[in-house]
Amino acid sequence: MDVFLQQLFNGFSLGSILLLVALGLAFSFGLMNVINMAHGEMIMVGAYSAYVAENWFEDLMGSSGFEYYFFFALAMAFVVAAVLGMALERTLIRRLYGRPLDTLLATWGVSLVLQQGARSIFGAPNVQVTTPPWLQGGIAVTGDFSMPYVRLFIIGLVAVCMAGVYVYLTRTSAGRRTRAVMQNREVAGALGVVTPRVDVLTFGLASGLAGIAGCALALIGPIGPSLGTYYIVDAFLVVILGGIGQLIGTVVAALSVGWLNAILEYQTTASLAKVIVFALVIAFLQWRPAGIIARRAAR
Amino acid sequence: MDNNQGDPVMRRLFSRRRLLKAGGALAITPAIAGVLSACGGDDDDDDAPSGGSTTTTGGGGDTIKVGILHSLSGTMAVSEVAVKDADLMAIDEINAKGGILGKKIEPIIEDGASDWPTFAEKAKKLIQSNKVACVFGCWTSASRKAVLPVFEQNKALLYYPVQYGGLESSPYIFYTGATTNQQIVPSVEYLLKEGKKKMFLLGSDYVFPRTANKIIKAQLAASGGATVAEEYTPLGHTEYATIISKIKAANPDVVYNTLNGDSNVAFFKQLQGAGLTAEKLTTLSVSIAEEEAAAIGGDIMQGHLVAWNYYETTKTQENEKFVPAYHSFTAKSGKQRPTSDPVEAAYISVHLWAMAVAKAGSTDVEKVKAAMAGLEFAAPEGKVKVHATNHHISKTVRVGKIRKDALIDEVYATSAPVEPDPYLETYSWGGEFAKEKKG
Repeated sequence: MDVFLQQLFNGFSLGSILLLVALGLAFSFGLMNVINMAHGEMIMVGAYSAYVAENWFEDLMGSSGFEYYFFFALAMAFVVAAVLGMALERTLIRRLYGRPLDTLLATWGVSLVLQQGARSIFGAPNVQVTTPPWLQGGIAVTGDFSMPYVRLFIIGLVAVCMAGVYVYLTRTSAGRRTRAVMQNREVAGALGVVTPRVDVLTFGLASGLAGIAGCALALIGPIGPSLGTYYIVDAFLVVILGGIGQLIGTVVAALSVGWLNAILEYQTTASLAKVIVFALVIAFLQWRPAGIIARRAAR
Repeated sequence: MDNNQGDPVMRRLFSRRRLLKAGGALAITPAIAGVLSACGGDDDDDDAPSGGSTTTTGGGGDTIKVGILHSLSGTMAVSEVAVKDADLMAIDEINAKGGILGKKIEPIIEDGASDWPTFAEKAKKLIQSNKVACVFGCWTSASRKAVLPVFEQNKALLYYPVQYGGLESSPYIFYTGATTNQQIVPSVEYLLKEGKKKMFLLGSDYVFPRTANKIIKAQLAASGGATVAEEYTPLGHTEYATIISKIKAANPDVVYNTLNGDSNVAFFKQLQGAGLTAEKLTTLSVSIAEEEAAAIGGDIMQGHLVAWNYYETTKTQENEKFVPAYHSFTAKSGKQRPTSDPVEAAYISVHLWAMAVAKAGSTDVEKVKAAMAGLEFAAPEGKVKVHATNHHISKTVRVGKIRKDALIDEVYATSAPVEPDPYLETYSWGGEFAKEKKG
C-alpha cells in the first residue's frame, strides 16, 4: 500500500516536471509552429541562472537571507531565458515563420552554440547549487511513503505557472492578442494587432517558462552544458501527445505520461518503461493523430 | 505563414533566399564550436607517412618522441586534460634528471576530441607520421577499443591509465589503471566482511556496468551474499524516484552503484531528498572520484563510499611530494586541480615506460615490452609491479568515504598490492569470465 501511494505521488511529481519542461514548448511549438530544438538550452540557461544567483547571494549577503535566494533565482531564470529567447526570435526565428522544418535545423544549430557557450563560460564539469534548508527533507506520511519538499515545491510551482499562463491568456489584453494572432494572423493584423510584437513576446514567455523549469530542475538534477538534451525529447512527446496548440491537452498528456512511466518503471525497468511509453504514445497517435485534444479552429 | 502562395516562381525564389540565410546561420554553428573547442595539439613536423614502416623507433633524432592522445575538447575534456597534465609532469620530471638514454623526451600532443574515430585517426598519425616511441592516452573504454586495432596492426605501444571493465589483455597495451579484481572484487569482499550481504546493483545501461554486475553476481553467489535487485537506467537518465521506491521496497544492506556521468548527480540529490542519507543507506560507487564528488556537492556526497586505488589523501612518502607537485604544475596552466586515481595512474605509466626504455637500452617496442615485465616503481599509491605476462600492474585497493569538502578518506585498504587478474582466472567462481580469454 505504501509503495502504491509512493508511486502515485512519484507519477504525479514526474508529470509535474514533464509539464514544467513542456509548458514553454506548448507555446513555441503548439501556438507558434516553431520546432524549437533550443528549448532544452533555455532550460539549461535557467539552471545556470540558479547557480549564478546563489553565488551572488553568497557574496553579497553572506549567510543571512541566503535561504531565500531561490525566489530571486526563479525570477532571474525567467528574465534571462526570456531575454535570450526574444533575442533569438528577433535575429533568427522571425525569418523562418511558416517553415517548421527550417526552424528545426536552425534552432538545433543554436542549441549547439549555447551548449558550447556554457562549456566556455562555466567549464565542462557540472556545477552545483545548494538546496535551501526549507526544501531539504520531506513529509514522512507513513513508513515507506514520503513526499520530499523539493517535489512538493515543484508541483506547487507548476500550479502557479499554469494559473499565470491561464490568467495571461484569458484575462489580459496582451494574452488575448496572442490568442488572436495564433488563431488567424492575417485577420488579427488587419484589425490592428502588431503581430511581430506579439510574436516576440510569446516566444519570450515560452523561453522564460523554460528558464523557470531549469531553475526548479537544478534542485533535483545535474547542472551542466548538456542538461537540455535530457529533457527536450520528453517535452516534445508531451506537447504532441496533448495536441498541438492545446494547453489543457498538454496538462493531461504530462500527467498521463508521468503516471504511466511511474507504474511501468516499477513493474519493469527504467529502459523498458521508456520503450513501452513511447510505443503506447505512437499507438495512441495512430488512433488519434491530433493528440488527446484536437484543435477545433479551422486552419 | 507564407504570403507568396499565389505565385509559384516568386515563392520558390523567396524560399530559396530564406533557405540560404538559414543555411548561413547553420554553417556558422560548427565553425564556432570548432573555434571554441580548439586548443593545443599543434604538430610542427609534417613528415610524409611512409606507409610500409611498421616498427616505431622515435629515437632517431636528439629527442625521443612520445605521443599523448587525450580529449582536450568535448564532453570528456575535463577528465582527460587532468590526465594529460599528469603525463606532461612526469615527462618534465624525467627530463629534469637528464632524460633517458642521454636524450630528452619530447611529447607530441593530439586531441581525441571526445570522438572515438578521431582517436583512431590521431593514433595512426602519431605512430606513422610522428614515429613516436609510444603513446600515453585514452580514457573511455570506447576510445581504447577504437585505437586497439591501430596499435596492434602497427605493432606500437599504448599506455592506458584508467580503471576499466577487464576481460582484455592486448599485447600492445599496458594497463596502469585497475582491472576488475583490483577495484570491484575487493570492494565487494570489504562490504561482505562488514556484514552487508544484500546488494542492490544499480548502473547505467552500457557495457561497463553490465560487465561489473555480472562479475558481482557471480562473486556474491559464491560467497554467501545476495543480489536483491539489478537495475539499469539509460545514460543521461535524471528521474530516480521510482528507483528509490524500489530500493526502499527491496531494503538492501548496500547499493552498489555503477551509474556514470550526470545520472549520479540526479540519483544522489533525489536520494537525499527522499531522506535516505549515507547514515541510513550505504552506497558504494566506482565512477565517482574527487572531481566528480566536488561537482555533485560535498554536502550531498558526504559519507558515501567509493572504491579506487589512490586518493589525494593517501598517506605515502611519494604522495607527499606528488600532490603539491601536481597542484603547482596544474596551477601554472591556469586552474589548480586535485589529484585523482586516473591522474596518478597516468603518472605511473610514463615513469614505467621510461624505466623500461632505460633497462632495454632502446625504444624498440619488442625490447621495451620485454623490459616492462617485473618492473617495480614506488608510486604515490605505494609500490606497484608490472605483471610478468598480462600487461597490468599490481595495485593496492582502497575503499574510501567522501568528506564534506569532497576529498576522500580511506576506510579500508588491502594489506598488500593486489596482483592483476583481468580474466578472473584465479577465482573459483570466475570460470565463465576466464572463458572469454582468446587463444
